[in-house]
Amino acid sequence: MLRRTFLTLAGATGLMLAASAGALAQEAIRIGLILPMTGPFASTGRQIEAATRLYMQQNGDTVGGRKVEIVLRDDTGVADVTRRLAQELIVNQKVTVLAGFGLTPLALATAPLSTQAKTPQVVMAAATSIITEQSPFIVRTSFTAPQVTVPLAEWAAKQGMKKAMTLVSDYGPGHDTERAFTETFSKAGGQVDNLRVPLANPDFAPFLQRVADAKPDALMVFVPSGVGSQFMKQYVERGLDKSGIRLLAEGSVTDDDILNGMGDVALGAITAHHYSAAHDSPENKTFVDAFQKANKGMRPNFMAMGGYDGMHLIYEGLKKTNAQGGEALVNAMKGLSWTSPRGPMSIDPQTRDVVQTVYIRKVERVNGELYNVEFASVPNVKDPVKAAKSGSN
Amino acid sequence: MLTILFDGIAYGMLLFVLACGLAVTLGLMNFVNLAHGAFAMAGGYVTSILTMRMGVPFLATLPIAFAAPALLGLVLERTLYRHLYSRSHLDQVLFCIGLVFMAVAAVDYTMGSQQQFVAIPAWLQGRVEVLGIQMGVYRSFIILVCGVLALALQLVLTRTRFGSRLRAAVDDPRVARGLGINVGAIFAVTFAVGSGLAGFGGALGAELLGLDPTFPLKFMIYFLIVVTVGGTTSITGPFLASLLLGVADVAGKYYVPGFGAFVIYTLMIAVLVVRPQGLFARAR
Repeated sequence: MLRRTFLTLAGATGLMLAASAGALAQEAIRIGLILPMTGPFASTGRQIEAATRLYMQQNGDTVGGRKVEIVLRDDTGVADVTRRLAQELIVNQKVTVLAGFGLTPLALATAPLSTQAKTPQVVMAAATSIITEQSPFIVRTSFTAPQVTVPLAEWAAKQGMKKAMTLVSDYGPGHDTERAFTETFSKAGGQVDNLRVPLANPDFAPFLQRVADAKPDALMVFVPSGVGSQFMKQYVERGLDKSGIRLLAEGSVTDDDILNGMGDVALGAITAHHYSAAHDSPENKTFVDAFQKANKGMRPNFMAMGGYDGMHLIYEGLKKTNAQGGEALVNAMKGLSWTSPRGPMSIDPQTRDVVQTVYIRKVERVNGELYNVEFASVPNVKDPVKAAKSGSN
Repeated sequence: MLTILFDGIAYGMLLFVLACGLAVTLGLMNFVNLAHGAFAMAGGYVTSILTMRMGVPFLATLPIAFAAPALLGLVLERTLYRHLYSRSHLDQVLFCIGLVFMAVAAVDYTMGSQQQFVAIPAWLQGRVEVLGIQMGVYRSFIILVCGVLALALQLVLTRTRFGSRLRAAVDDPRVARGLGINVGAIFAVTFAVGSGLAGFGGALGAELLGLDPTFPLKFMIYFLIVVTVGGTTSITGPFLASLLLGVADVAGKYYVPGFGAFVIYTLMIAVLVVRPQGLFARAR
């Protein structure tokens, strides 16, 4: 009697164990998406989230026979929050991939965790060059500031501009841009003066007056995208647009998300970037139409593009590894190449950073709306900072 | 050179309009209203929404940008602020900071976190050259409007019956009440006008300073610098302090760009070391 009860119990336990093991095999692949959904950088989060949802809607939510789930977390753009959320996602949610990362410090704060847990970290937005060097598990699908600045400096030198000035916000990506432009432009025989603006700076008047007095051929600008519109207004107000100084800028200054609100002051600005919503290709047309349809007409910007391609990279990687994560997944991502709505792009197998075409664009009015219209391009640009390092080794 | 001076004065005038409301509540009502910037932001958003979404002309929105925050200030004063007049400064500061965070979150939620724009009519844009000085039209407009405003405020406070009642109510509310002055009503009106001025400043400044939900936090420090440097017992103090700070800030950034961001703070420290009660205030 007692023996029989025991047997039944043991059998039942065994069955339960088997059942839970079965459930484990069926469990979904979780992607931990950490984005600033509130706070001053909420537009970054909004764009990337919309793009990842769109990608899943278009490509289905199963990869390698397993369901894919996005676990979205809001870090409000604060690095210690990002780190805490990443830890929670790795330990409790058992995510296979971490993705998102709106700003450089957020990506850097998470890098040690992703190394320790061997969890691939797909950086969809942050743009400082050093990020991918901080962990062998970081892969990037956005861009680096020097990557887009060097082609712009080369273009400017080719146009016969001799004297240039840089005006950048005094923080990491600003310094990156300043250095990249100055080095490239000087090497081409030009002369560059540098000007740094405090990050919290309400009025550009004194800096612009300096530029007006120096009368360079070109002014190269990098300021955070929200401040960009203020800068443009004051640039035109001071009459600099008619003074023969060409305005060059890193592409996030004329961000597609806010470009239309800037109004005519932005017309004629020349920028370099890896994505414009006006990029002329069938892939991009489909992408922009679908994105606007799904998001009440919101225009996708380069952040959305980073998120969309980030999802593509994760999907393709998982297909290659049969839904395996960890080191296998990072290795599968290395060297992947595809045609994105932004144009051809690939992941550099050495640096895990993005290799892509950089476009030189001009702000123009198309069908009543302002767009960055591409007129020149440089294919297969690697991050110049890391390229220089591997060259010297 | 004169262009730098001109830009500095315009910037200073803007600082004055933004901060004078604070000078009024802090100096005259002895209330540390750190939420002042939230009212300025309200004014900015009113103008932005009216000009960009409803096509109302810019000048017509300015009175609304004054009235809406003033009304808001009146309601909040009667319901919330009133209870804190007799409390310690720490309680007041904690309360106001809470209010600022709520305002930031509320605007972020309803309007989104992106920069807002203001449509300025064409005749206020561009530059003119007067006597060899390059002047922005919009900046001249600011100088003119703010100059008139400063003068009017000074006259109201020193020459009118309302002004003397207000000063009496501040100096000794009990005696003032005994003399038949309605202290509560005077404080409410003063607070409303202070909030309205902030909103007006926010509307004027949105074009130059930018406007997003973090506005009250970003500019709180500038308001406080103006008020500490200028002293809070009069309108002339903060007015001259704003001009001084505006010119020093612009000139500093022009001549020594590397050090430019610190000029305004250095100036404040220097002033406070020499005259802790503020540059233009009598020692108490």
